Order: sequence, then structure tokens, then C-alpha cells
Amino acid sequence: MSGIKPILKKELADHFSSYRFIILFALITMVSMITVYMVGLNIQRELNGVAKPRFVFLMLFTSSGTLFSLVDFVAFFGPLVGLILGFDTINRERNEGTLSKLLSQPIFRDTIINGKFLAGVVVIGVMISSIVLLISGLGLIVVGVIPGVEEVGRILIYLIISIVYVSFWLGIAILFSIIFRSVATSALAALAVWIFFSFFISMGANAIAGALVSDTTQDDPEVVLKQIKIQRALSLASPLILYVDATATIIDPMRKTTRTIIQMGMLEQLSMARFAGPLSLSQSFFVVLPYIVSLLAITIVSFAVSYLIFMRQEIRSI
Amino acid sequence: MESTAVIVTRDLTKVYGHQKAVDRLTFNIKPGEIFGFLGPNGAGKTTTLLMLLGLTEPTSGHAQVLGYEPIRDPINVKKQIGYLPENMGFYNDLNARQMLHYIAELNGLSLDIAEARINVALQEVGLSDEAEKKIGAFSRGMRQRLGIAEILIKAPKVAFLDEPTLGLDPDATNRMIELIRQISQERQMTVMLSSHLLHQAQKICHRIGIMIKGQMVAQGSMEELAQEKLGVGTEAYTLEEIYMKYFKET
Repeated sequence: MSGIKPILKKELADHFSSYRFIILFALITMVSMITVYMVGLNIQRELNGVAKPRFVFLMLFTSSGTLFSLVDFVAFFGPLVGLILGFDTINRERNEGTLSKLLSQPIFRDTIINGKFLAGVVVIGVMISSIVLLISGLGLIVVGVIPGVEEVGRILIYLIISIVYVSFWLGIAILFSIIFRSVATSALAALAVWIFFSFFISMGANAIAGALVSDTTQDDPEVVLKQIKIQRALSLASPLILYVDATATIIDPMRKTTRTIIQMGMLEQLSMARFAGPLSLSQSFFVVLPYIVSLLAITIVSFAVSYLIFMRQEIRSI
Repeated sequence: MESTAVIVTRDLTKVYGHQKAVDRLTFNIKPGEIFGFLGPNGAGKTTTLLMLLGLTEPTSGHAQVLGYEPIRDPINVKKQIGYLPENMGFYNDLNARQMLHYIAELNGLSLDIAEARINVALQEVGLSDEAEKKIGAFSRGMRQRLGIAEILIKAPKVAFLDEPTLGLDPDATNRMIELIRQISQERQMTVMLSSHLLHQAQKICHRIGIMIKGQMVAQGSMEELAQEKLGVGTEAYTLEEIYMKYFKET
């Protein structure tokens, strides 16, 4: 991959010196610090005089304070970071007339997308890692509990999943910046896709499941089960659900499956009740592995589509 | 003659929808010459340049640049060609030197070679004093000259200049034309100059191709074209007269 280094370097310099990055970073840092501070105070109060549960530290990320937990926050607003970083990647260069110049240099077309995507991923990585570190530090001070090795491992995996998740949305934004010549249109289109997949799919899944399997009686367990299965399957089309399920399981050792209670079989419910201990890290990881693979897969698909379109596009200076 | 030609095309054609943007174009360009590529707006000049660069795929026909086929081997072609697009854009928040460094890096030049070439190029286009200024504050003439500097640091064998004098004031236009002549001579660079400013083309071009509605209606030196169209000797003609003659015929 010759030529990817200068592009990566230039894009990183652009990102880090842009107001866009500074504002985003400031906003996210502020929100997460306030959230964690409140969560921390909550935990401190609750744990006063009680025997400490094993994974207090992870509760910083999962328990919701007054508004939302940190994990929820990243799930909902992480995609926005990806979209904002990427929505004008290619069409800005096209509009400013620098794309034809870039393409007349001896580099492949995909190098341009790769370099820009990679720069975005680095920025996202820096953002999320520094926030997680900040929160951990703040948690240490407020709660006063040191995380164990396993907890650190879980946080690391959580970090990686989060970076992949936000990068997926970056990929979508880059795709739209290739398709649409106008920056405003690509921003809007990317936002629309985000809203659709994050909010409407789960609602739609409910409605479709209800329509497919009509339950007139309301109390036939077969029907109820079928409905829930359909609804689950449909909502897995949403990256948000994939992400929430994956991170909730990895960061909360007491969760042993991503399925809901209703979907569990008899024996599974029995074993849940009998063995109340936490899941080991490797087992948690196996539970969420399919989710991580799915997230990676949709990222790669969005990328492949970007390549295909960009390779065939006419490059006119106008 | 063909083996020594820098650019060879055979029946190069590009069709957009129903419209033939470039129609069976056949021409050769010899090393070291300045080839004036003339024609009205929309005649297919830019499309031809893009096809020669490998940025646009021809519908049919062949092109060879320095022995490489632009479609099969775009990287090697782009290594050898410096391209000044018609509406050239710059990163406005970089300064001239940073911009040139970026281009040098994209071409895989090592830092010391890049440094040396950038200094020479800035000197040559007369931007040495403005090298640390942001490009956003550049005038149009300065931007065009910076575009030429970008070509120079690649040290290409061929330069494609698409309307390099477009929108320049008379003084800047003359300086640009003089600059093109100078670098072509000093560096033995083959230049393909697309323009519709006949007066300037007449001054520096060795050979001329007139393109109208996608077709090359005439090519040759000024004398040849004058002889053919006007039937006059070497003195009493301007390129404008020749051009209008062709233009009215088609």
C-alpha cells in the first residue's frame, strides 16, 4: 500500500486541528464525566456498609445514574461521532477540486478511502480510549475500588467492540460521501440511516412480529414465544442491538446469555438459577463473539460497497 | 516515428449516453514538443486528457503514454505525467510548501529530494517569498503557478495543462505562457496544452491540434495548417484565422 502514509498523516492532522473534533471531544468528555461522577456517587452510597460485590468497578459503566449508563450513551451517540467525522470525506474533496489532483498522483483510488477511513478509526480510537481511561481514573477516585485483571480485560474488549461499532458508522458516512456530491445531502442521508437502524428497527420488529403471528388469545405460550423469536431476529438487523447485546454481556459478568428469559429453555433457566456465580471472561467472550463478527462483517460490507462505487465513478474536475 | 512518440492514440472514443464526447481520436505527440490542444468549450479536450491519465475509461480505441496503457497501468502513467486540472483545488489551510510536501510524499519522494525539488520549483515559478503563506490567501495567478510547481516536483516527462491561463489577467497570462515555454525547454518536458486562447497558443506551441465536437479536425504545425486552409505563405496569417476557418466548416 504505497501512498497510504501521507494520506493518513494529512487526514489525522486535519482531524486533530479541526473545530469539529474539538467540539465533539469536549462534548463527549463532559457528558461521560458527569454521568460517571453521578453513577460513582450512587455506587458509593449504596455500597456503604454492605459487602462489596465482585465487580464493583464494572458497575461504573453499566449502572445508570439519573439518566443513562455510559454503555447506553456510547450505543446511542457513538454513531453520531462516526457520522460527523465521515460525512464529507470524499465529496468535500470533490467540491473543492482537490480530488482530481489527488487521483492524478501515482496512488490507487482505494488508497484514498483506506487512508481516510484509517485516520477516522485512529481518531475514534483515541476518543473512546481516552474517555474510558478518564472514567476509570475518576471511578478510582470516587468509588475507591481497584479493578482486577479480569475487569481490565473486559473493559479492553468493550473498548474494541466500541471502536468497531463507531467505525461501522464512519464507513457508512464515507459511503454516503461518495454517493452524494452535496455535503448536506450526505449528512442528512447518513443521519436518516442512523435513525432508522437505531430507533425504528426495534419498533418495526415489534409490529411485524405482531402482524406475522397473530395472538388473539394473548396467553398461548407457543404464540408468545414465536413472536419474541421473530422480533429478536428482526431487531438483530440493527447495529445498535448488536452492540448493546454484545457490550452488556461482556461488561456484566452476571449476564450469561444475550437471550431474554422467555427464550431460554427449561434446563438453561434451571442452571441459571443454580449457578449464580459470574461467567468467566473467556466464556463471556464466546457468548458475544458472533456479535463482534457480525459488526465486523457489516463494516466490511459497507466498505466493499464504497470501493465498488468509487472505482466506477467518473472523475470530472467540474 | 511512432516508436519515438510520447503519446499515441488510435481511434480513441468516449461515449456518454448518446453523446460522443470524443470521436475516433488519432494523434501522436513527439518528445519535447508543446502540443496545443485547441477547441471550443465542450469539445472533449478534458475528456481526452482524463483518458490519457487513466482517470476515465475509453469506450473504445487505444492510447499509449510513454509505452504504458493508461487503463492497464495507471500508476506508471501517473508517475510520468504532471496534470494541471482546469478547476484546480487546493487545501486552503495549508501553505504552499506544505502542499508541495504532500504531493512529494504521495509520489514517494524521500524527504531530502523533496526538499531540494520544492525549493527549485518555488524559485522557478516565483513563489519563494510566498512559500509560507496559506494558499487560501493566494490570488488566482499564484494558485496556477503553484499548480505548475506541483508538476515540477514530480519531475515528469509529460505535462498536461488544462486551460492554465483561464481567468488570469493579461499580465499573469503572459507570465504563465512564458513559464510554460521555459520549463518545457529547460527540462525537455513534453507539454500538452489545452486552451481556447489562440493568441497565446500561437506564441508557444510547436504543433497544434484543433478539436471540434469530439473530433480532431486538423493537426500540424502552424505553417502546415495555414498552407492547407488558407493557402498562404508563412507570414500573413494568425492562428485565429485558421481556427475560425475550421470552426465554420464543421
